[in-house]
Amino acid sequence: MTINERQDEVIEEFETFEDWMDKYEYLISLGKELPLIDEQKKIDENIIKGCQSRVWLAAELDNDKVQFTADSDAIITKGIISLMIRVLTDSSPQEILETELYFIDKVGLKEHLSPTRSNGLVSMVKQMKMYAIAFSSKG
Amino acid sequence: MNKFNVQDIRKDFPILSREVNGKPLVYLDNGATSQKPQVVIDAITGYYTNDNSNIHRGVHTLSQVATTAYEEARIKIQKWINAEHLEEIIFTKGTTDGINLISNAWGRANLEKGDEVIITEMEHHSNIVPWQMICDEKEAILKVIPISDSGELLMDEYKKLLSPKTKMVALVHISNALGTINPVKEVTRLAHEVGAKVLIDGAQQVAHAAPNVRDLDADFYVFGLHKMFGPTGVGILYGKRDLLNAIPPYQGGGDMIKTVSFEKTTYNELPHKFEAGTPNISAGIATAAAVDYIESLDWEAIHIHEKELLDYATEALKKIDGVRIIGEAPEKASVISFVVEGIHAYDIGVIVDKMGIAVRTGHHCTQPLMNRFGIQGTVRASFAFYNTKEEVDLLIAALKRAINMLVK
Repeated sequence: MTINERQDEVIEEFETFEDWMDKYEYLISLGKELPLIDEQKKIDENIIKGCQSRVWLAAELDNDKVQFTADSDAIITKGIISLMIRVLTDSSPQEILETELYFIDKVGLKEHLSPTRSNGLVSMVKQMKMYAIAFSSKG
Repeated sequence: MNKFNVQDIRKDFPILSREVNGKPLVYLDNGATSQKPQVVIDAITGYYTNDNSNIHRGVHTLSQVATTAYEEARIKIQKWINAEHLEEIIFTKGTTDGINLISNAWGRANLEKGDEVIITEMEHHSNIVPWQMICDEKEAILKVIPISDSGELLMDEYKKLLSPKTKMVALVHISNALGTINPVKEVTRLAHEVGAKVLIDGAQQVAHAAPNVRDLDADFYVFGLHKMFGPTGVGILYGKRDLLNAIPPYQGGGDMIKTVSFEKTTYNELPHKFEAGTPNISAGIATAAAVDYIESLDWEAIHIHEKELLDYATEALKKIDGVRIIGEAPEKASVISFVVEGIHAYDIGVIVDKMGIAVRTGHHCTQPLMNRFGIQGTVRASFAFYNTKEEVDLLIAALKRAINMLVK
């Protein structure tokens, strides 16, 4: 699946939610799923410090595809991270760099990617692109 | 003076009748900034509509009108905080600006290698970092008064830190994160005994009572207007006249000079010596409206009302499983910080916002304090006189709903 196909899939899923409660309960359930990152990768090198919540992000290149793992200490942030990973992971660095992320806006979670939220998500998206740049220059 | 009626008071603040996310706004983030009464809003628009012109310069009528209004605000502040002299009132950009002015201008002139500056464990970053910077520059030493588990200054520890090397004690009057009201008068008295100066950060104090700078015997007292129902972008630095006279200017520019040639500039007198450049005139003028508004209220009744809100909210929060209140000093302003076991403050903030409730979450720019309590951050509800018990009920209901969503 391309990144855009995955984005559209998430958007479709969110269309079934009737109100904010449903949406946030879904995010919370995503956030409660198994750890999205190996414990040994939750180190200071991988931390993105927001004023509000902390995010850990790691990436590896496997068969020319970037594999992202990430975590957060806030569950809603983690739920959004889980969506981000679902959309972006297992894609080529090139595709990650070329694709515009529109799903967050479309599913009505844009406010979480506002710099004023200071939850680490904005920096995380930037960092994901940085990994893609680093991997594409290697390849 | 009218009898205090919270429903009437609320009508003075237009924003309090708006909705957020389809719910009536419950604004409990007064520690970050307070809302503005219509009279303050009118003062700002009135200035731009009728009187806009630069101050302290023009001979033309508008400039005279604006200058007079601006200077009247200074007089009102002087009276409100009981300063002895008008020139002791310096307009700044806000609390942080006032602290930086003193740490820079006073610190440069007065700190030497080996001197000591004392702050407290509950300071906001803006009363930590400026002192770290000047101490680094001057090779002075920064010392920290520890606090108790309930969030009170350990006065015995403070006494041990004091010595003839102490040159400055800088502390917060009311803690933004804990609500603790510090015994600033006693702290000041003890500092003066060893010859140190005292700067009090009154950012949170001014929403709850007028600081009496002469009674406190504060050397410097700083605050911003936006937390006391006035505009953003303007603050006050009070300083004792002799001390301010002895400090060199902080920033150079217009308004702060007497004569300028390329060889030598002579500086203007107080207060203008510290007011370089065109100030935030509209905010300065609206300051007068804010003080007038505050003075029109029955503060005895407000203290009772705020105490009731604090007690009522504290009781209700304590009844919720897993809630731990951070900051339980007996002397406390209407500020409640808390954590919920196993739930991140951010998650709570996001969910209650969906129900129209504005609280602050995070470390409140007091990371050392959060470390002291071994936490990443708190949820903070900070009440102003326009808040109601019904709003506390809405907070509690929203909080219970959020916890229910987040733990199950």
